[in-house]
Amino acid sequence: MIQVSEKCVGCGKCVSTCPFGALSLVNKKATASSACTMCGACVSVCPVKALSLPATATASQNDLSAFKGVWVFVEIGDDGKTQKVRSVSLELLSKGRELADQLGEELCAVVMGQGIVKFMAEISSYGADKIYAVNGPAYRDYNTAAYANAMITLINKYKPSAILYPSTYVGRDLAPRVAAQLFSGLTADCTNLSVADGLLISTRPAFGGNILADIKCPDFRPQMATVRPNVFKKAVTRPGTMAKIISEPIAIPTEAGKVRIVSKQFDEVTELEKLDEAEVVVAGGRGMKDAAGFAVLDELAAQLGGAVGASRAAIDMGLQPKEKQIGQSGVNIAAKLYIAAGISGAVQHTVGVEHSDVIIGINKDANASIFNICKYGFVGDARTLLPKVVDGIKKAKGK
Amino acid sequence: MNIIVCIKQVPDSAQVKIDPQTGSLIRAGVPSILNPHDHFALEKALAIKARTGAKVTVLSMGPDQAIAVLRLALALGADEGVLLSDPTFAGADTWATAYTLAHAVKKIATYDLILCGQMAIDGDTAQTGPEMAYHLNIPQITFCESVDSDGQQVIVKKLIEGGHQIMEADLPVLITMTMPIDYAPKYPSFLAAHQAQEKPISIWKAGDLEADSHKLGLEGSPTRVSRIFPPAGRAKGEMITGTAEEMAAKFVEILKKESFIK
Repeated sequence: MIQVSEKCVGCGKCVSTCPFGALSLVNKKATASSACTMCGACVSVCPVKALSLPATATASQNDLSAFKGVWVFVEIGDDGKTQKVRSVSLELLSKGRELADQLGEELCAVVMGQGIVKFMAEISSYGADKIYAVNGPAYRDYNTAAYANAMITLINKYKPSAILYPSTYVGRDLAPRVAAQLFSGLTADCTNLSVADGLLISTRPAFGGNILADIKCPDFRPQMATVRPNVFKKAVTRPGTMAKIISEPIAIPTEAGKVRIVSKQFDEVTELEKLDEAEVVVAGGRGMKDAAGFAVLDELAAQLGGAVGASRAAIDMGLQPKEKQIGQSGVNIAAKLYIAAGISGAVQHTVGVEHSDVIIGINKDANASIFNICKYGFVGDARTLLPKVVDGIKKAKGK
Repeated sequence: MNIIVCIKQVPDSAQVKIDPQTGSLIRAGVPSILNPHDHFALEKALAIKARTGAKVTVLSMGPDQAIAVLRLALALGADEGVLLSDPTFAGADTWATAYTLAHAVKKIATYDLILCGQMAIDGDTAQTGPEMAYHLNIPQITFCESVDSDGQQVIVKKLIEGGHQIMEADLPVLITMTMPIDYAPKYPSFLAAHQAQEKPISIWKAGDLEADSHKLGLEGSPTRVSRIFPPAGRAKGEMITGTAEEMAAKFVEILKKESFIK
């Protein structure tokens, strides 16, 4: 468990910080119980640096100086008809460009697929200095063994310092397989990425609570993270320029044949797609109470030309299907207008909507955390308020 | 056929309250449950057992009290349980957790199919399954809604962006399962729970595994938490109070001002 030195002054800051309730003051000294998971959350809050994790032997023996550059795994999406660069990859290139500039290093894209040459100009315009292209018919469909082998081959050859992956079904399958093989750190579903002292700092909601954690990987490379769609804004930073393209023919390992696709089926147009691309989103939470509450949201959304979503609490109550869940564990949105009705605003929800331009919250509790991200906060019962708003919009449009 | 199901004990998120001062979980008094994705994976394994007579072993890493989820799994129909419990395992991130679980699987030695829940609801990473598959040098298929096997191959329905695909794989393979939203876990009868008391549970320590001790627990974890903090939020916006009529009028006015009603 966590180690407490003689320096402890018994201020108790660590006690209230511990996500596991494992610290208490005994004789005015912080003391850890067996509930301690050694997560390290308390170490940084101690004003006198009395807390530390036990020293480990493997750390700091690695030569990290050879590892340079920020990489983004660029995923090619396929809806059964056409292929295109997944938007989340472009969002990661935009963020990756910022990080690479702060580090004074290169931004490189890694692309795998068949016929990917046509995507090079688009990828370049989002800021890549170099593109490692692994092209061939065997890379058309995602295959864990083939893609992981190609990533590992490239990483061993070029030694990047950090790699960002989209947190999609593909990215979440590939990144941990690569991290396991390289013995390096991977942080899932990050809500922010930054650089401090040359290290990648990956921020994510932690411990199931209403709290965020900064995670770092100080002693191993590459430092890796996955990020959900709509967490970062995409920005064309280098219009009309072309990255240096490095074609890498990499043979498919025999293990790739052990897993085979029998058939694929795509949903016509899913609610999911509507939500993450919608300009206006109206979502309801526990406070909408029942189907009648959501019927009001349907009406409001129809008036504003928007899509309807729900918080995890409303989904758990069975008020809406799972694909309508908004937030970090469902769909992240970046709408022009987001209306949160009867949603208290747990961090898993707020991090998934905070990149919307205008956020309006409605909650009976004036202290609800949703109001911390709202441009406009209405203190009241959404079930009473919104039917009147719908009437008002109809009248306004009628004029 | 031999199936291993990896399971985890987690706090029941439906009953967790959050400390408004610190934002952290109030864990005291919160009941622990079997992670629901794992519960779903276990039921799928037991369905294969019912058809093929497969042996189902459940494997968990956690403190001593995590034995409760192994007892539950045995009562539901699993044949044997293994608990990895040792202070050396504490502080493990997903890398070290996967490494430790994989070495327990190697010690169990005989297996054709490994089923895991896609993720634990107290961590939400979905990394441990694929990382285990690497350490075992076997293929993986992640985010599956259904799984079936005839003892030679496995066939699954796997989620992909915008749809799903049917996949088949040779054994051995590791599959991670995604529970449906309307999933209601089954619980055993009192009689089944009583009868399962006879079923064996082994408790293994670090010394029981042929693992590199530098790759367990905190020491085997490449990631570190550097700080935890409450979400910052934006600058607090305009708060509007009043009667429903007053607020509705203001609401419509704002929609006009922001050009959402034209």
